[in-house]
Formats: sequence, C-alpha cells, structure tokens
Amino acid sequence: MTAPLTDNIGSREHRRGSTFVRLLKRPAGAISFAILVLIVLVAVFAPLLAPYDPNFVDLAITRAAPSPEHPLGGDTTGRDVLSRLIYGTRITLWGAFVAVGTSIVIGVPSGLAAGYFGGRTDRIGTWISDAVQSVPGMIILLIVGANTGNNFDLLMITVGVFMAPGYFRLTRSTVLAVRNEPYVDAARVAGLSNTRIMTRHVIRPVLAPIVIQSALTAGMAMGMQAGLQFLGIGGGTTPGWGAAMNEGFRVMRTDPLLLLWPSLALGISIAALAVLGSTLADVISVKTTTLTRRQRRRLAATNADALPAGAVEAATGSVSHAAADSAVRLENLRVKHETPRGVVEVVHGITLDVAPGEVLGIVGESGSGKSQTVFSMLDLLPKSGYYTADAIWIGGEDVTRLPRAARAKLLGHRIGYVPQEPMTNLDPSFTVGHQLTEPLRAVHGMSRSVAKARALAMLERVGIADPARVMRSYPHELSGGMAQRVLIAGAIAGRPSVLVADEPTTALDVTVQAEVLELLRELQQEYRMALVIVTHNFGVVADICDRVVVMRSGSIEEIGETTRLFAAPEREYTRELIAASLDGAESRGELDRAAREPAGSTRAADPAAATQNTDASDEADRREVRA
Amino acid sequence: MSTIEKPLLEVSDLVVAYGTRREPTPVLHGVSLQVGAGECLGLVGESGSGKSTLGKAVLGLVPVASGTITFDGRDITHAKGRDRRELAADIQVVFQDPYGSLDPLMTVGDILAEPLATAGTGRAEAKAAVGEMLDRVRLPKNVLDRYPREFSGGQRQRIAIARALVRRPRLIICDEPVSALDLTTQATILELLIELQRDSGVSYLFVSHDLGVVRRVCHRVAVMYRGDLVETGDGEQITNDPQHAYSRRLLMASPVADPVLQAERREAWLALRAEQAA
Repeated sequence: MTAPLTDNIGSREHRRGSTFVRLLKRPAGAISFAILVLIVLVAVFAPLLAPYDPNFVDLAITRAAPSPEHPLGGDTTGRDVLSRLIYGTRITLWGAFVAVGTSIVIGVPSGLAAGYFGGRTDRIGTWISDAVQSVPGMIILLIVGANTGNNFDLLMITVGVFMAPGYFRLTRSTVLAVRNEPYVDAARVAGLSNTRIMTRHVIRPVLAPIVIQSALTAGMAMGMQAGLQFLGIGGGTTPGWGAAMNEGFRVMRTDPLLLLWPSLALGISIAALAVLGSTLADVISVKTTTLTRRQRRRLAATNADALPAGAVEAATGSVSHAAADSAVRLENLRVKHETPRGVVEVVHGITLDVAPGEVLGIVGESGSGKSQTVFSMLDLLPKSGYYTADAIWIGGEDVTRLPRAARAKLLGHRIGYVPQEPMTNLDPSFTVGHQLTEPLRAVHGMSRSVAKARALAMLERVGIADPARVMRSYPHELSGGMAQRVLIAGAIAGRPSVLVADEPTTALDVTVQAEVLELLRELQQEYRMALVIVTHNFGVVADICDRVVVMRSGSIEEIGETTRLFAAPEREYTRELIAASLDGAESRGELDRAAREPAGSTRAADPAAATQNTDASDEADRREVRA
Repeated sequence: MSTIEKPLLEVSDLVVAYGTRREPTPVLHGVSLQVGAGECLGLVGESGSGKSTLGKAVLGLVPVASGTITFDGRDITHAKGRDRRELAADIQVVFQDPYGSLDPLMTVGDILAEPLATAGTGRAEAKAAVGEMLDRVRLPKNVLDRYPREFSGGQRQRIAIARALVRRPRLIICDEPVSALDLTTQATILELLIELQRDSGVSYLFVSHDLGVVRRVCHRVAVMYRGDLVETGDGEQITNDPQHAYSRRLLMASPVADPVLQAERREAWLALRAEQAA
C-alpha cells in the first residue's frame, strides 16, 4: 500500500529506530542485549568494580572458599577470583574486538570488490577465501604463538584472518544481488565513480547482515581466545578467562568452583552474542506478520460483529441471466485480507454473471480488485485472504455450500484457469508432459496412455507444431508464448465449462498476444465455454469480449455489452479509462501542430478538452494505489 | 523534424554481442540511427529485438563490439572512466521499473541531489535545482524527506524523471518508462514527458513495445526486429501505414480500444498471418 502524499512526515521517527525497538521488544533480544551492555560496563569500569588488584597475591587466601571479603574466594596462587574475572572481561572483549575488526577490514572490502567488479577480481578473491578456509587454523595459531612469544594481539589478528572468509562471502553474495538493480545503473549514468557507487549504494544493504555476522563472530572469537589461553597460549600475565579455566581445570577435583566461575562468564557472554545475532536476523528478515488459523478466525468474527451496518460499502453490480442458466454467477462477493493493521476489505460486495458460451471481460487498474474476484471464483485466494458471498454459482450449483475437497475438485473439471505469468506457473523440474498428464490422471482418473493421448491432442489443438517433442521438454526450453499455449492446453484438457484467464497476455509481446487471443477465441467457440478474461487492456476487451465489467477500488463501476460500453460509456471513469488507451488519440505530430496553432482552430487544440483530460488523469495518478 | 542537419546523437553500424568473447551472441547487427536536438525518436520491437540494448550501449552500460556512437560530434563509443562520467551532464536515463530504479535506502531528496553533488554543485544551488525539478514533475516539496517505498509507481516514475532532468541533460534514454504503469498514470507521465521536452528542448530516445505510446510521444519511429532496424520513418506514418512486412504485422497485432475498428484490424492481421504462412 502506498501512503498518500499528503500525510505528515512525523511517522518517520517511529520507523527509523524500529529495527532496534523491535529487537528490544523480543524478550530474547532485550535480555541478551542487557547482558552484553552489562559486560561492556564491567570491562570499562573494571578498576572501580574490582575489590582488589587482580595480580595482588595474598597467600592467606590461596584456594580460599567464598567469604564476605572475597565473594568468589581466592585462586591457587592467592589472588582474588572476582577481581581477576572482572579484569578478564577487558581482555576477552578486547580480543573479540581485534579479531572481529580484522575480519571486517579484510573480508568486507574484498567481498565488495569481488561482488561489484566480478570477473577476475571475483575469481581471485574467491580463490583466496577458499584457500584460507582450507588451512587448519589451529595449527597456524600455534605456530604464530610459538614464534611471537605468545603475543596476544597478533594471535587475535590471526584469528580474525581465519574468520574473514565468512565476511567475504556474505558481502560478496549480498553485493551480487544488489549490483544488477537498475538504481546502480542509474547511479553510473548519473556520473558517479565506482568508489562512490560502492560506498553510497552498494554497501548499505550489506550493513545489517554484517552486524548479525559480527555478533556471531565475536562469540566465536571469544571461544577461540579462551581455548588458546586454556592451552597456555596468549595468556601471559593477563587475567584472561581461558587462563583461569586452565588453572581451575588443574584443581577441578579439589576446588571445582575455580573452574565454574570463568566458564560461566564465558558461556553467558557467548550465548548472549549468539542469541542477539539470531534475534537480530529474525527481526530484520521478518517484515510481515502471519496469523495463525485461530487468530484469523477470531479476526473474521470480530470484524463481522464490530462493523456497523453503515460502514459496509454498498454492493454493486447486477446479473443478466437466471442463476440456473449461468456458467458463473457471483452474488455479493466480498474479499478481505488480514494485514498487520487489521482486516482490509478489497472487494466490496460485487454481483456479476456470465452465460455459457459468453466472453466476459473484467477490467480495471491495479488495486481495482479484479484479480481478487477471479481468485475467489477459483477458490485460490492467497493465505491472508478470504471471501464471503451470498452465493457463487458455477454450472448451476452454489459452490459455497460445497465442502472444501469437493470445491477443489471443480478446478480443472468444471472451471479451468490460465494464469498471467506462464513461466512461473510451470514447475521447472518436471517435463511439460508430466505436468499435463498428472492432473488428468489424478483428477479425471485417466490411465497413463489415455492421459498422454489427451495431452498430445490438446498440445496439437493449441497450435504447437511438434507436440511429442514439447511433451519431453522442460519449461525453460519454451518461449513465453509456447509456455502460455501449454498452460492453455492444460486448462482445457479437462473440458471445463468455464475458462478463467487472469491477464493471460500481459507478459507477452503484442505479436504473441494476438496469437493467444485468437487461440482463446477459437477454443471458446469450439467448446462453447464461458470465458472470463481479466485485463487492464481495453484493446483486448474490444478484441474478444461480449460483455464487460469495469471495476474500480473493489466495486463495479458499470457492466455492459462491449459495443455499447465503448460507444456510450455510462460512467465518467469508464470513458477516462478508454481514453487513456491512446488509440485514436492525437499523435505527437498532431499535438505539436496543435500547440503551435492558435487555440480553437483545430479539434486537437480545443483547450477545454485538453485541460479536462489533464485534470482527470492527474486525479487518476493520485488515486493510483499499489497493493 | 524529419530532416536533421546535424544530429545530436548518431549511431552507425552498431554491433553489440553478449556471451563470452570466444562465443559471442550478437544482439545488434549493425544498427544506424540519428536523433536530432529536441526530437523524440521511438524505438519499437518485441522482446529480444535489441531495442533496450541499443539504449544501454549509448549509456555505456554494455560494451560495443563495433560501429560508432557519436554525441554532439564527439565519439563516445568506448568512453570510459572520467570521459563517461563527464557525459552524465548531457546523457541521462529513465528506466522501466519504477521500483528498482530508486535506491530504497535513500530519501528522495538525496536521490535527486546525488547527480548534482557528483558534479560538484554547491549545497544551496543543488537544493534550489532540486526544488525546481519537483515543481516541474508536479511533486510537492514535502516528498524530500521520504523514502521511495512510500510512493506509487507513477509517483516514483516522476521522481526518476526529476533525477534524469536535474543536471539539464540534452538527451534522455527512456527505456520503457511507462510500461509498468496503469493506463491513466501512463497517460499523465507521457503528457509530462512531452511538456518537459517542449520546455527544455531535451531529446529522447524512447524505447517501447507499445505502438500507441510511441505514436503519442515520438516524432519519428524506428522499428527493430531481431537485432536489425527494419524501418524508420515519421511517427504517424509508421503507426498508421508502415511499409515493412514486420512493422505491418506488429501494427495489426496491437489491439485497438474500439470493437468495430478492432474487428477490422483482426481481419487484416489474420490475412497477414495467412500470407506469411503461405
């Protein structure tokens, strides 16, 4: 949904902090974040918080049990355990910081370059990343430790290097996805240098995943660091948690608490980072809330009760045939969708019908509810949607009274469906033959050979030159026009009495569109099917429809015979839509000549007509709503 | 407009190939055309005809295998780096997809000011220019702080047009700029493009698959078919009475929003189809 231009800007504040706010709204996010803040505070204020110097030896408290002066007791050499833990926070955080920093500095720019420039840069970067990952990191760390006198910072930098491929791959894949967006091309055309494009446009979508990755990497770095110190590498005189664990491990049988405290500190820190990372990932990726079945039922119930009678939009439309004589008849159809903001009605009680052998067009702009209407007819509304209707007659039977399974059986039998996007409606992993014969066998109970013969006959009927070869093909081997013919063959294979086509030619070239329309016309006449075509194109309506339903914002504007509707539209809106088709409108040459000549001298220059047209279409632009 | 003394854009014998260097698949086989100052040249054809590729070659977004592209007497066929960036002052683009062509993480104000900032325009001057462009494309000033997702397709396309115009270029490549829009929105955007052209004298290379749209905005029209230019001529003539067999098929295949005329056109199309099959 698009917000109208006029609403105020105040809502932005709310949105800006929303990721963080949403994170804190989740208990896991709030708790892990609080723990991490606490750990950072402890590290920063260690000198104030620690009761003793961490390296001060008081032999009297050697292996002492907890006491009021030493809440966690003393260690094997007589140092205060609590103070050492508090100071250990500093070294642990610093180590994690160095490792993560190194990883980011190496991994992000190289991933950015590899993803953005591609080609050789990408191949070299990926090769190095793979090579680093195949080196046993622990051995390298031991070598570095041995040769640098256990230099802690250097060890953590090495840890960072080994974690850099994670950042490289993450950055590279995100950039690859962004790189082909038209806005990156637009930036190039606007004269931005590569560096500028990368820092202004390409890196931003990478930031959120990097933050998540860093939380997880920091936890891993802490674990690595503790592990190294546990082995006696990189500890030095610093009171690290790993070193404390090592010491505790040696006296585990006599003084188990000495092992417990540092392990707890490390465990809690790493767990907090891991939980924070995964909650953050959840918060960022989940944009829409999905409702459970029960919530949906409750919403539907409250909505039906709560709506005052006056708030319901009046039903629109009319019928032209008796219920028993119509192929399809909708009575007072309402379609509603659940959104995070509540239930929204998108079709406001429409009534229409189509007779056997009749071609009905449903036209309207985006947001008019035309597709929702046919999806209700087919019982194929998306999960968030549901409909109510006084009745939906298909072939003289009210299908709203049918159980779900019986209703589903009508699909393919009594009512066939041709979708808008031919390619996405074929499963890429099965052959065309399989996809055509499967429903015939499942729904119509045909044997394998009968189904195959029927499918071949249908493919031939829809004008496919070599049906046997197409049966063996996979969808990607077909052109868009061929794919649409295959889907039409599938839709009519069950000999339905009604064929519903949702924008069947919108994704096709005009030359292919003409062929597909011709085919639909032939099939409709041959089988005396009722044909319902949803379209936004008045040329398509003029070409094939007997009657037209004009929809706008979920209601019917007018219904009429095609010739009458074009010749004398009852509604201003219909007239506007037909005029917007540009057929018969002035060409650029005529417009220019009219602009040069004084007003009123030609038809094209009639200023009243011109202004009226502009006003009407401006209003249409404001009205335009995208779902 | 039909006679061009000195074309602003001249494309001669342009060959563009995709695929690997060893196995190139040519998508343009030697196309030549000219666009005059203040002129709109339409480029029509079906998908795969190479019409969008031609526009991209002019913008430097695809490499040219052979042939030349001359802008205002200057050879820009292989302009790279600084030379290409300098062309941004003169050649701009409006893409088809109003959803993908604006960076979703930038405010409209930043999107519009970016080309100016790149050119080194001062902040105050840029702000004034952006304000003027918003007026021109009829968007209110309060859109500056908002993000692209808050706008409808038509409004986004207005923003994209404002971005293309903000440096006052002499040529805009319009790559199917209205084909993703509703009919009534499409009409207003075309109106706007015509008005902007009259006011500023900018030239358009207008790529579209829709003959009705092209007839409305273009002075001249070039018809492309499978990488070749099959016919070029006056906009009215091509959209009323094309000469080449393919152009005729294309015209007769486009349905008219009038049942009577469409019935005639369908007959004509069926006759052409039968002729082609024979």
